[in-house]
Amino acid sequence: MSVAQHERVPVLEVEALSKSFGGVQAVERVSFTLSSSELLAMIGPNGAGKTTCFNMLNGQLRPDAGAVRLNGRSILGLSPQSIWRLGVGRTFQITATFASMTVRENVQMVLINYHRRSRALWRPAENHYIDEAMTLLECVGMDRQYDRACGVLAYGDLKRVELAIALANEPKLLLMDEPTAGMAPRERMELMQLTAEIVHERGIAVLFTEHDMDVVFAHADRIMVLNRGELISEGPPMAVRSNKKVQEIYLGSGAAHGVEIS
Amino acid sequence: MADFIVSLLTGLSSAAAMFLVASGLSIIFGVTRIVNFAHGSFYMLGAYIGYTLVQTIGSTGIGFWTAVLIAAVAVGLIGVVMEILLLRRIYKAPELFQLIATFGVILVIQDVTLWVWGSEDLVGPQAPGLKGAVSILGKPIPEYDLALIAISPLVLVGLWALFKLTRWGTLVRAATQDRQMVAALGVNQRWLFTGVLFLGSALAGLGGAVQIPKGGADLLMDFNILAAAFVVVVVGGMGSILGAFWAALLFGILQTFGIQILPNSTLVLMFLVMAVVLIFRPWGLLGMPESLLQIPSGPPEQPLRPALPRVRALAGAACALLLVLPIVHLVFPEVVGTFTLVLVIEIMVFVLFAAALHFIMGPGGMVSFGHAAYFGGGAYAAALLVKFADAPFELAFWAAPLGGALLAFLFGWFCVRLSGVYFAMLTLAFAQIAWAFVFQDMPGSVLKTFGIADEFGTPLKITGGDDGLNDIWPSPWASTRISYYYITVGLSVAALWIMRRLLYAPFGYTLRAGRDSPLRAAAIGIDLTRHRWLAFAISGAFTGLAGALFLFSKGSIFPTTLEIARSFDALLMVMLGGVQSLFGPIFGAAALTWLNDLFSVLSYWRFLLGVTIIALVLLLPQGLAGFADTRPGRRLRLARPEETGA
Repeated sequence: MSVAQHERVPVLEVEALSKSFGGVQAVERVSFTLSSSELLAMIGPNGAGKTTCFNMLNGQLRPDAGAVRLNGRSILGLSPQSIWRLGVGRTFQITATFASMTVRENVQMVLINYHRRSRALWRPAENHYIDEAMTLLECVGMDRQYDRACGVLAYGDLKRVELAIALANEPKLLLMDEPTAGMAPRERMELMQLTAEIVHERGIAVLFTEHDMDVVFAHADRIMVLNRGELISEGPPMAVRSNKKVQEIYLGSGAAHGVEIS
Repeated sequence: MADFIVSLLTGLSSAAAMFLVASGLSIIFGVTRIVNFAHGSFYMLGAYIGYTLVQTIGSTGIGFWTAVLIAAVAVGLIGVVMEILLLRRIYKAPELFQLIATFGVILVIQDVTLWVWGSEDLVGPQAPGLKGAVSILGKPIPEYDLALIAISPLVLVGLWALFKLTRWGTLVRAATQDRQMVAALGVNQRWLFTGVLFLGSALAGLGGAVQIPKGGADLLMDFNILAAAFVVVVVGGMGSILGAFWAALLFGILQTFGIQILPNSTLVLMFLVMAVVLIFRPWGLLGMPESLLQIPSGPPEQPLRPALPRVRALAGAACALLLVLPIVHLVFPEVVGTFTLVLVIEIMVFVLFAAALHFIMGPGGMVSFGHAAYFGGGAYAAALLVKFADAPFELAFWAAPLGGALLAFLFGWFCVRLSGVYFAMLTLAFAQIAWAFVFQDMPGSVLKTFGIADEFGTPLKITGGDDGLNDIWPSPWASTRISYYYITVGLSVAALWIMRRLLYAPFGYTLRAGRDSPLRAAAIGIDLTRHRWLAFAISGAFTGLAGALFLFSKGSIFPTTLEIARSFDALLMVMLGGVQSLFGPIFGAAALTWLNDLFSVLSYWRFLLGVTIIALVLLLPQGLAGFADTRPGRRLRLARPEETGA
């Protein structure tokens, strides 16, 4: 780990976040805080409320109750666009990139929007923010493929491009939904290693969901476990691993999937 | 009260044909995701084939209904032939590309029908056993109307049984929900699609055949029913048969009462209702949200690159040729005749029109079915300014792009909130409303209602209705053929260049971003609706400019410039040229205008044009501009070497 780590300050504070869908309590009074340079994994069986939590944090869903603060400022009720502007980056379970653009153009698009130049009508888009885009691509190891179309990239490379996209608005918080879904085991570790290095270096806070427990225990600084909308355990990996309740949940559903917690 | 009941029953009986055609269209769309433009033609064939059969075997009641059923089956088989020979080869072609292929089929069927049955309208014989009328509340109602009223629910129940009780029907419903899943379950899609085409086409044929006693058969039936059927399907919800049923009933009744209130405006009334429904329920009364109606798209578009040296050189050469053409005309009039200059003016007008449509269609992914509204609308704005404000040419000319932009700005506000087929249908609806506005001279009618007339007491004409507006010419300096040629070429080339710059600029990239991945676009803070709206207005402005050039080259303007057919022409040009290439619309418009001109002297030109279109679709599924990306095109260095997956 890099020596020059940032001092940890709370970036995201969530208090008693709740949401129900027609009588089903999807998320119930979930509270946690997340500091800069910290990787927090949110795990739990399917239907535990992870996705609902994510969608409330980035503004796609409106919580029924609770508070969400980013750097001390409430972001409750803001649109996804405004939340993005305040410094929340996002990657998706299934990559979402612009297939008809090159790798670099994908990153340039983010920069163009971040600097509110999307309605510029004259100078070619590919001449905007070239250096900034290349720096970001170097950071994720995609600089040598900068001129290839995203539509023809291998999936692992696409994930890296998406990481560069998520970093382009200089986020303070990254929300990563299943960042390694669909990748080979070795690629998974590489991508998370890369992510960990970048966020520690830049002091970004990361909240991610993940099904691969190897990835979670290898890279998360802290883990929170959700079950049926409730936070049942939270703490460093070792503590969560030995938690009785967590073991119950995962020995029940996890063992069947070949996931081992030991 | 009696009048009301009679009108109601008439309305319900006229809903039958509409429902039959619309349900077929809806079933075909639901499963194959193909918007079958040829569906109106199948309806027409049903009427003609039914007519012939009724003439031979339809003298008895049993004979008549047998003839109707045989006609339906025959049309169903024609649908199967179309599916096997044509659609099967292009299911994987780019989004909505099949439209052009089925459009080619329309043209072919039109001429084949003309050739077989001749151009005279056929008056249908009455149905044996149902010739009389029954008296309801003292008013006579034709017995055949009552039979028609009974047919729709019967067919609805039949379809319900087919879809709920048979295995095939279950598969069709499953495929409507999720095609990929059905394929993953090992169902042979080919025969499922073929079967669906048979059923859908047979329903259209049945619709055509059952209305013979009421309407007979004529060569305009195909387009007339097509517009109505689309409206019914969209209002009911794409893919929903029950929705189509209720919508058909609604419009059947609306038509009957509409005729009494606003004669000649029933179609407009339908489009008005559709616009209102789509604004409040963007996926129709009983339809699925668009997100569940994923239309398969072709391979992803290539990134925009600066033009290759050779392409640049060819474009330069084309511009140079355009510039010297009038000089050649002056020196060697026998080589380049006046006619060539006129043709080039016409081609450039449509190149500009097609490029403006492509501006939103290609990079923006917004397929407008009603762009003639901005072409004709712009032209009318300029013409009205000349007629009523005596504006000089130099000023009035610019009213057209401005008018086109304002109209697109107004209509666009509603349209850009929708996507895919629903977007297309709402644009079509607005175009029809605009068309009715000038065709029926609505401003003139308003003045008439308030009793405003000229000094002789004759009502004022504003848009002139069917007669259009005449005698609108450029100023003397611009009215010689050569000077107008240079105006047209100069303005359209400049406009093409500006549009190209816009598409290479961040604005154009933002549009493409929204088309490629709405999810990611929203996640990086793009307000897609606003960008799409602005793009729509810009497209309207350039379309209006094309309208201005058209107006002053002809000296007159008619409501036909706002017709559906005109919108489809532009659509055809863009798709024929290739949606994925910025050069596509240029080739498409030039080729189609030229072919139209070439074939128009022949008696069966529609057939030739239709066959040409179908051949082009099959040979160059990426459009004419797609030639650059073929092996010979690459060898000529018109495209970069192919980039393959990693």
